[in-house]
Amino acid sequence: METWRFFALNWHEVLVLCWQHAWVVAVAVAIAICTGVPIGIWITFNRRAAEIVLYVAGVIMTIPSIALFGIMIPLLSIIGQGIGTVPAIVALVLYSQLPIIRNTYAAIKNVDPNIIDAGVGMGMTRGQVLRKVQVPMALSVIFAGVRVAVVMSIGIGAIAAYIGAGGLGHYIFMGINQSYDAMINSGALAVSVMAIVVDYIFGVIEKRLVSEGLRIS
Amino acid sequence: MIRLERVTKIYAGSSVQAVDNVELEISEGEICILIGSSGCGKTTLMRMMNRLISITSGIIRINGQNVMDMDPIELRRGIGYAIQQIGLFPHLTVYDNIATVPRLLKWDKQKIDDRVDALLDLMQLEPDTFRHRYPRELSGGQAQRIGVARAMATDPPVMLMDEPFGAIDPINREVLQDEFLKIQAKLKKTIAFVTHDIHEAVKMGDKIALLDAGRLIQFGTPEDLLVRPKNEFVKDFVGADRALKRLDLLRVRDAMMTNPVHCHNGDPGAKILERMIENDLNFLLVVDDQHCLKGYVKLENLRGHHGPVEDVTRPMTLTVTPDQNLKEALSKMLTYDIGIVVVTDETGQLVGFLNTATMVSVVGETYDEHGGRWGKITADGRIL
Repeated sequence: METWRFFALNWHEVLVLCWQHAWVVAVAVAIAICTGVPIGIWITFNRRAAEIVLYVAGVIMTIPSIALFGIMIPLLSIIGQGIGTVPAIVALVLYSQLPIIRNTYAAIKNVDPNIIDAGVGMGMTRGQVLRKVQVPMALSVIFAGVRVAVVMSIGIGAIAAYIGAGGLGHYIFMGINQSYDAMINSGALAVSVMAIVVDYIFGVIEKRLVSEGLRIS
Repeated sequence: MIRLERVTKIYAGSSVQAVDNVELEISEGEICILIGSSGCGKTTLMRMMNRLISITSGIIRINGQNVMDMDPIELRRGIGYAIQQIGLFPHLTVYDNIATVPRLLKWDKQKIDDRVDALLDLMQLEPDTFRHRYPRELSGGQAQRIGVARAMATDPPVMLMDEPFGAIDPINREVLQDEFLKIQAKLKKTIAFVTHDIHEAVKMGDKIALLDAGRLIQFGTPEDLLVRPKNEFVKDFVGADRALKRLDLLRVRDAMMTNPVHCHNGDPGAKILERMIENDLNFLLVVDDQHCLKGYVKLENLRGHHGPVEDVTRPMTLTVTPDQNLKEALSKMLTYDIGIVVVTDETGQLVGFLNTATMVSVVGETYDEHGGRWGKITADGRIL
């Protein structure tokens, strides 16, 4: 009840924080897709690279987020961006790599070799097989990875408030400091709702992009 | 025409010849079956023809041109390639699947549209129904037809087919094989066709190349392999029932006896009975005034019958045409208890018949275990 009252009184600020939060996550995920998908595809050609890349991405995942934000401060201070949105985005990009790279790699690798053989046998170049056959067929699994990355980033993004990146984490930390339950609840609630809504939107986009032929079972 | 000159393949890191000095020529317009047990090198051999696998030594020429002198991508676009149905792109519609190579060759849209429709017609699939379906919405047989249509998209003179009917139940496979043979009779492609099924090989092949451990063991017509197996291996491979397989090869037209004894449906029963007893016949074929087969009468049905023959005529619906093979004829023969199968043409006219004796004679004439002949047969079915 009190949470609703808090919302009603502060809806304007909630929207601003939501916007900040969404913006950080959107930039981070956009960068993560643009790096993770090509890396995931590239390592399908090179087993050794695949092992190393997946291992490193796995290690990054194990670093507690609050520690990663901490590590960012001295590193990015060199370019004068120790706190704020830049380290938040960098950390989220790093976290997003694993689900995106791993899913891209697995999906491309799992395309039935007979189908690739058919493509090559009909005279497709390696690039055409990748563009016209492998990627379209892998798209839904790649998308699943992206969705995991997005939802995870929205959650971890809340912690970025700790290093001054703003967003809905601001309410959570402030609420903890002030023992103000309604504030904590509204921050947490908004984060959850945002994650659910964004995941749904990505589901719709996925449905549009992935060929209908692959959804028939 | 495809010519293989001393073609050898040794895979990297191996010392065994996967394909060993194979010398082979596939003439224009012929289907050449590459057959052997798994690991014999048949698929490797086929895949070297469009350079999916590199050639260790030797030369492969397609229409006189050494494939090693050609750009592999160009080479492959010029050769039809069909593999098991699984090779269809599941994310693309039937239209897009068939349009794959035409698009790679940058055909304009109208030309592709026309070609796709023509191919679907050729495969007896209604274009408006199937054009926009996805492979997963097709039955196995339909998917296989699309696979073949896709391989034929640019009307390539040479095609490579790797067990194209492999993943299909036996009944549908027969249907597809028959359809494909009909198409081939019109289009006359030069085809290298991989299979492990000797039955399919005998049926589809103009020539059969039997491989074992990378070596070409025997190369010849299906008849050659069945009748004159070069050695024990070939004999074992084609199977002890190769006399039966020969039935696949022989046409009814070559074995049937023409002008069978018959009567007309209006003939009086008593007179026919008399004639049958006189000639020691148990049954007699019945035709109408147009010489169309009506059925047959048996001796016991005619006894004591005074009306016309047609009253006691039993229908005979399982007949064969002169173009069918002896295996189908034998199967239909076994359906009736009179020991013959009747041959009619497309209009139902009686043209001849086959009995067990003719079958034995024809199969035996060209083949028996000791290379001898079983003898000729007389017009009334006796063996001399």
